[in-house]
Amino acid sequence: MIRRSFMAALLAVPFVASAQAQQTVKIGLIVPMTGQSQSTGKQIDAAVRLYLQQHGDTVAGKKIEVVLRDDGGVADTTKRVAQELIVRDKVSVLAGFGLTPLAMATAPLAAQAKVPMVVMAAATSIITAQNPFIVRTSQVLPQPAAAMAQWAVENGIKSAVTLVTDYGPGIDAETWFAKRMKEGGAEVLASLRMPLASPDFAPFLQRAADAKPQAMFVFVPSGQGAAVARQFAERGLDKSGIRLIATGDVTDDDQLNGMGDVMLGVVNAGHYSAAHDSAVNKAFVGAFKAANPGMRPNFMAVAGYDGMHAIYQALVKTKGDTDGAALVEAMKGLSWESPRGPMMIDPQTRDVVHNLYIRKVERVDSELYNVEFATIPMMKDPAKP
Amino acid sequence: MLTILFDGIAYGMILFVLAVGLSVTLGLMNVVNLAHGAFAMAGGYVGVVLVNRLGVPYLAALPLAAVAAALIGVVLERTLYVHVYGKSHLDQVLFTIGLVFMASSAVSWALGSQQVFIELPGFLRQRFEVFGVSMGAYRLLVIGVCGALAVGLQVLLSRTRFGSRLRAAVDDPVVARGLGIEVGRIFLLTFALGSGLAGLGGALGAEILGLDPNFPLKFMVYFLIVVTVGGASSIFGPFLAALLLGVADVAGKYYLPAAGAFVIYSVMLVVLILRPQGLFAPRSGR
Repeated sequence: MIRRSFMAALLAVPFVASAQAQQTVKIGLIVPMTGQSQSTGKQIDAAVRLYLQQHGDTVAGKKIEVVLRDDGGVADTTKRVAQELIVRDKVSVLAGFGLTPLAMATAPLAAQAKVPMVVMAAATSIITAQNPFIVRTSQVLPQPAAAMAQWAVENGIKSAVTLVTDYGPGIDAETWFAKRMKEGGAEVLASLRMPLASPDFAPFLQRAADAKPQAMFVFVPSGQGAAVARQFAERGLDKSGIRLIATGDVTDDDQLNGMGDVMLGVVNAGHYSAAHDSAVNKAFVGAFKAANPGMRPNFMAVAGYDGMHAIYQALVKTKGDTDGAALVEAMKGLSWESPRGPMMIDPQTRDVVHNLYIRKVERVDSELYNVEFATIPMMKDPAKP
Repeated sequence: MLTILFDGIAYGMILFVLAVGLSVTLGLMNVVNLAHGAFAMAGGYVGVVLVNRLGVPYLAALPLAAVAAALIGVVLERTLYVHVYGKSHLDQVLFTIGLVFMASSAVSWALGSQQVFIELPGFLRQRFEVFGVSMGAYRLLVIGVCGALAVGLQVLLSRTRFGSRLRAAVDDPVVARGLGIEVGRIFLLTFALGSGLAGLGGALGAEILGLDPNFPLKFMVYFLIVVTVGGASSIFGPFLAALLLGVADVAGKYYLPAAGAFVIYSVMLVVLILRPQGLFAPRSGR
């Protein structure tokens, strides 16, 4: 009896769906809502919902429906979920992708199905080269790495040690930091790579400290910055004259407050700070906080927000046409003022072009913020010709 | 150099406290309890809630975490584990791994799955220079507590009436019962002790190991390595094994960062090839 009514329900679903299909554009949002990278998923999901709430769910005569799926940060799952979304839910756009391996696993599928992939988090340079349907609104790791090295050289840092997580974006960061340091006449004494699942940073930090550099450049994925900073301080390295410099991933706005005073004064390079001084950002942060009590938007949230903006603008340009190639074509060259500042989708590489800011962690109204003090305007991915 | 040794010993000590409970249940009670790490995680999260949310002092939270984990151990032993004592090892493995998944999901649902830390008080964040060796107060505390526990356990098991009753109950439960030893209660106490130690280790080690809902799975391999390398019948074996592995792991990551994560496995392989029964082989043929 139960089975029969279940079957009837199943049969009924396709008719309902197809009746709406002409008018609805589905966006498949795949992010890690559980597991180690859950903060990435929560931030992006919150920002996407905020965008829908602010801009309505209708654009170019089409109703937008976001289908949220959790992949737990596991590449196999991302791929399976993406396949389900493409085949069963008939999504017009895939979005999200919390980590590089997750985006890489999905790229061949999206290419075959000719479905645009809007990358809202993963930051290894090579991702956008995987297929012509990938557009990125997050960041590319060589950007903050190169910006940080440029600042270090200009500020008299002659020697550094790099300490990165041993996977795609980490190696990107290491490579481009070292390259720009060498070009500026400074030296990288050692390049250390830590396993992705390394709970204890002690031996790596000790080794980096024993090389006696002027600065220690760190990249770890969003969420692990706190552990590194605590152990940096526990080792007394903050008092030993070694400067901790980093990509903005380490001083993630979402977790910066929880990291404590250890982080004060850490100089880092990033494309978004919740403290960015602009009207657009103030409105964004205010609305985000009002809709999500207890949360502060970080660079993941802004990438999700901008990703939605790119999709909306592309639909406006195609007048509601959801053909994959047409949507990607429409996204190329889009430029707008994001909460992070001005940004553009590079028409050649489909990758993000934005300002890189050099920031310092400071206490503002009893909260810790990345306060921007220098800008490198409209930086492209240095790793792409 | 000596700082690396010091860090390695602290790491090894944490591994010891975490794994010794497993060594007791596996070696003495002959139960394969893969859910051991779940008790450690429980202790760790109790510590997090007590210190970070309720403002309990760190040093007071440690024993409370141990007690909480022990109580959870008692409840589960009475309700669940008691049924698998007589079952085959495969049944025990399947049952306990199921418990691990349930525990992970429960924690993830209740407290979120991001990595958390227990706030350390200021006096544990200091550093000392002793004979040119730089040491952190927190790691000193770890070494002190764990060293004391190792000695205490060895005395408890080899010198006290409880210890001899436990060994009797394990060696021949039927005869032990005939002599008036309450085997069930002995097992219950032992299980509680093992879980409590794991809970203490979880709370004490959270700063070094990090704490997230995948903790029991992430460290299960390490616990099993400690117990296999050390041999599962004494306290001293796992103690030495944990120290060896801790130092090897930290030193490996320091001197050979590229191969760092594999050093601990290489050590295990070498030890097991040379001494298949572990560093300290069990006395009986078990």
